[in-house]
Amino acid sequence: MIRFMAGRLMQMATILLLMSLLVYVLIGLMPGDPIDLMISANPDLTPADAERLKALHGLDRPLLERYWLWLSLALGGDLGYSRLHARPVLDVLLPALGNTVVLMGAAFLLSVAISLPAGIFAALRPASWVDYLVNLACFAGISVPPFWLALMLITLFSVILGILPASAVSTAPDPSFWDRLRHLAMPVATLGLLSAGGVTRYVRASMRETLRQDFVRTAAAKGVGRARLVLNHALPNALVPVITILALDVGALFSGALITEIMFAYPGMGKLLFDAIMGNDYNLALVGLLFATLVTLVCNLGADIGYAALDPRVTFAAVRDRG
Amino acid sequence: MGPWQLAWRRFRRHRLALASAALLALLIAAAILAPQLQSVLGVDPNAVDLLARLEPPSPAHPLGTDDLGRDVLARLLDGARVSLFVGLTAALASAVIGTFVGLIAGYYGGRFDALLMRTTDTVIALPLLPLLIVLAAVDPAKLGVPEAIARSEYLSLYRVIAIVALVGWTTVARLVRGSTLTVREREFVRAARALGSGPGRIMATHILPNVASPVIVATTLSAGNVILFESVLSFLGLGIQPPIASWGNMLTNAQELIWEAPSLAVYPGLLIFLTVIALNFLGDGLQDALDPRSGADGR
Repeated sequence: MIRFMAGRLMQMATILLLMSLLVYVLIGLMPGDPIDLMISANPDLTPADAERLKALHGLDRPLLERYWLWLSLALGGDLGYSRLHARPVLDVLLPALGNTVVLMGAAFLLSVAISLPAGIFAALRPASWVDYLVNLACFAGISVPPFWLALMLITLFSVILGILPASAVSTAPDPSFWDRLRHLAMPVATLGLLSAGGVTRYVRASMRETLRQDFVRTAAAKGVGRARLVLNHALPNALVPVITILALDVGALFSGALITEIMFAYPGMGKLLFDAIMGNDYNLALVGLLFATLVTLVCNLGADIGYAALDPRVTFAAVRDRG
Repeated sequence: MGPWQLAWRRFRRHRLALASAALLALLIAAAILAPQLQSVLGVDPNAVDLLARLEPPSPAHPLGTDDLGRDVLARLLDGARVSLFVGLTAALASAVIGTFVGLIAGYYGGRFDALLMRTTDTVIALPLLPLLIVLAAVDPAKLGVPEAIARSEYLSLYRVIAIVALVGWTTVARLVRGSTLTVREREFVRAARALGSGPGRIMATHILPNVASPVIVATTLSAGNVILFESVLSFLGLGIQPPIASWGNMLTNAQELIWEAPSLAVYPGLLIFLTVIALNFLGDGLQDALDPRSGADGR
């Protein structure tokens, strides 16, 4: 267990390090640099001033040297300032991260609330019209463009029916809980529906696989009732692989959250990151991307630990070899 | 009866896949014939008419006009050309890269194989979209791309294809690697080796035909994903750049116009949706047809 954790943590650190180098280089390749921005903000600057500013901020040094400097500062706990928000990066990131966790958590619950019953039901009646419909809905869920789903929900609920607000943030000065909930409804529905399609397919496939196994047949032969057979005997076993896949899906869920946040102007990590990249806020973009990666990696690690904890046949050594 | 005939019989039973293939054929035909269709209908995808903004459907404009007075149907046809071209090219490119990497990793094994598996694991787990956005924001001139290409109108097209192919090859590589691992140990491969065939020949003539099925299935499924990614990037203003129409960038303004002209948001998205779902059904059907064992619980 300790060896497993140490190995995984090393691996995570390596990925984060590589990611930071990759993104640092890519951001250096984006159009414009901080000095260009200063020049556009202050037209009195001469080219000589620009050269001096470049030297002052170390921008005339080679890329790798600058990266090394950034890295040593970052590891010392200095993540720098956000240009757009004029505040330390962490002060901007942490509230946004909290908002995204709320959005993703609620969407995840919605997705599970849809997928579990639908997947189980479809697995119990293979090739029936229920199974057929569930399958059709799943394909729709994995094929719909996320931003278009949001647009269609806005068209239906805000433009045509006029019952829900089109933005995720309340305009009231002191919004009530109910008001907040109304504003969250569509973003959560968008992200939840997007993820439900894939999850239902996993639940259905895993449940069908489990129902075919000997221990289920044995239990049925011993006269265990149908509900008990499905819920107590088959379901816990069927869920083990589903949980792993769910955790591996966190990266995809974050991508979905990014679009949902942009569509509904929800102040989360995804929107912050997008605005940072678009607005040349290099520092915030870099740290934000690393944060998103870290969260994903932690979830994956959690999945592997959970997998080993739930399934006594799996040892940590096996998980390590698999991964 | 040959294996392809058997596969065709199995494929025919998958009605949704069959309908999807027909729909895709129709879309591809419409995309290829777009200039002809536009001239028959008498509509021009790039003709701006600010006096005819956001018009409802009429005989002159069968699906109405957009916020610049351009004909929506004509732009949808142009968008079909771009979106399908990007989707199919990027999917093919990913398939070629993935097959190559997967074959070598599966055949030789060892360190390269381990590195490949680590890389694909990581790419699958990462939050891809923000990374794609950073990639799309990179200035090609700073990368040393020649000025003529970097400033070309079609740059956005090539760039989207390159970006999506860059992250899309991993699925195919994993599948090919897995199949190669099993095929490598089969008798005919050992026989070929015993007869003195080199690794290049063995991979090309003995292993490749036997891993074709998973490659075909994975390429079909990834074409759908590629079109989704293209539409998202174009929608965000980072993919296909106007005035070239793509289904994604036709929706860029739709959100601001949603109170004035909600129907503008419907068509491009619906076409993306139908194309992607058709590709997914087709991939599902191909999987059942080409690899019946893996699709044992399919329909």
